[in-house]
Amino acid sequence: MAETSHDMIVIEGLHKLFGDIHAVKDVNLRIRRGEVVVIIGPSGSGKSTVLRCINHLEEPSAGSIRFDGVHLEDPATDINKVRTDVGMVFQQFNLFPHLTVLENVTIAQTKVRKRKEEEAKKIAMAQLERVGIPDKADKLPIQLSGGQQQRVAIARALAMNPKAILFDEPTSALDPEMVAEVLDVMLGLAKEGMTMVVVTHEMGFARAAADRVVFMDHGEVVEIDSPEVLFSQPKHERTQLFLNQILQH
Amino acid sequence: MAIEFEQGRIGDGELSLSDRASTIPWWLIGIILIIIVMVLQIINNVEYRRAYDAIIPGLQLTIYATIGGFVAASIIGLFAGLGRISKNALFRNLATAYIEFIRGVPMLVLIIVSGVVLIPTVTDGLNQSFGLDIRIPEAIRGGIALAVVYGAFMAEIFRAGVESIPKGQMEAARSVGMTHGQAMRYIVLPQAIRNVLPALGNDFIAMLKDSSLLSVLAVRELTQQAKLYTGSSFRYNEGYLVLTVLYLTMTLVLSLLLQWYQRRLRKGE
Repeated sequence: MAETSHDMIVIEGLHKLFGDIHAVKDVNLRIRRGEVVVIIGPSGSGKSTVLRCINHLEEPSAGSIRFDGVHLEDPATDINKVRTDVGMVFQQFNLFPHLTVLENVTIAQTKVRKRKEEEAKKIAMAQLERVGIPDKADKLPIQLSGGQQQRVAIARALAMNPKAILFDEPTSALDPEMVAEVLDVMLGLAKEGMTMVVVTHEMGFARAAADRVVFMDHGEVVEIDSPEVLFSQPKHERTQLFLNQILQH
Repeated sequence: MAIEFEQGRIGDGELSLSDRASTIPWWLIGIILIIIVMVLQIINNVEYRRAYDAIIPGLQLTIYATIGGFVAASIIGLFAGLGRISKNALFRNLATAYIEFIRGVPMLVLIIVSGVVLIPTVTDGLNQSFGLDIRIPEAIRGGIALAVVYGAFMAEIFRAGVESIPKGQMEAARSVGMTHGQAMRYIVLPQAIRNVLPALGNDFIAMLKDSSLLSVLAVRELTQQAKLYTGSSFRYNEGYLVLTVLYLTMTLVLSLLLQWYQRRLRKGE
């Protein structure tokens, strides 16, 4: 077991079927502690599905996933317990619109982590500080810009002190001028050593923050490499094709 | 000030006389006139006053049965609505059976069956097996009957309300470690219930009207009082006209309140 203690997330032989559609085919991936892994690929390539399998928002059809040594497919595993350690940031933010920003960041702390209201608020304010919007604590999500909402979503995930955070296209629903403020927060987290799995189309972020980049196509992992190598000398034709398409812009 | 006045005049000028006439709620004025005429009749005409005095004691039971029935129906409806979309096949089938059963039988028949068959059977059974002497007061009998019927209608409202909340809300709640129950309770239901409040308000008004059906169970609410009065005095016109206007007044006030509330909600958004 010594060799796996460096691994935060271990995915082995992962398959996911939606009816007849084989969305994820035999994906194997090891993500080390403190590593930032960016998953890229055309839409419908199964990248988000892999991400959503890591915290069992999608139930894998086959294969095994270990998070910090815990087997997710083991019936004895309390998935809710695991999820408190895996933060997730969604494309559509998914803030709770009936709660204030502060309540968005405290509710899981008090109801799930069973922290005292007082303590939860302190942690929440510290996290809102970290993402740069402590002044919006008493606002409702609808009163915030998209970029601010996504930063609140990151603070909500951070407040649980997760061991890793999954980002599912966190900037895809944002107006272009708001992408940078979210990516800055994510870069900061990466520098601080947070384990991150990021599905994104932001190649600039991948270059700057990723330890490894995974290219997926048609549900398969085609290629995994450091950003320097993958972006400049992709080995596979499919990777070259994809990169040509998106880097032309 | 002068500019504002100018603008006001231009604004007025844009509306022709017929346009302005069409924005006035004539229907409301008409209904209020009917109510005023009835009030004057009750004040000035001794036969109307007698009818009114005989019927109005039923108001209390009408209100109790409606409010009590509404609260109970909301609880039944919430659980049946959640059961309808439950992953558990047993809950889902039970809830669906209940809803389809209620929807397949006329309300009048359901009221009779729950008042005459269901409730007495249950209380008799309890009384005999435990040596008790439970007798359910008529207001509660009526409230239960209404609740059983309206629970099924409200179940569909709650179901639609929960389904109107984007899937991402449940996912976000689960992703921070909440159980399905916690996510429902703290995240989905508070939003769903806010969305369905206007629909529930409409059901409250409908329940107020349908409480008149309880007269078939001899519950002495407004309609039963009117039946009793007209039956003994043969003053059918006065009795039933007073009854009609009483219901009309209550439903009008409630629906205006509801419209005001909905406008306020929309402004809030």
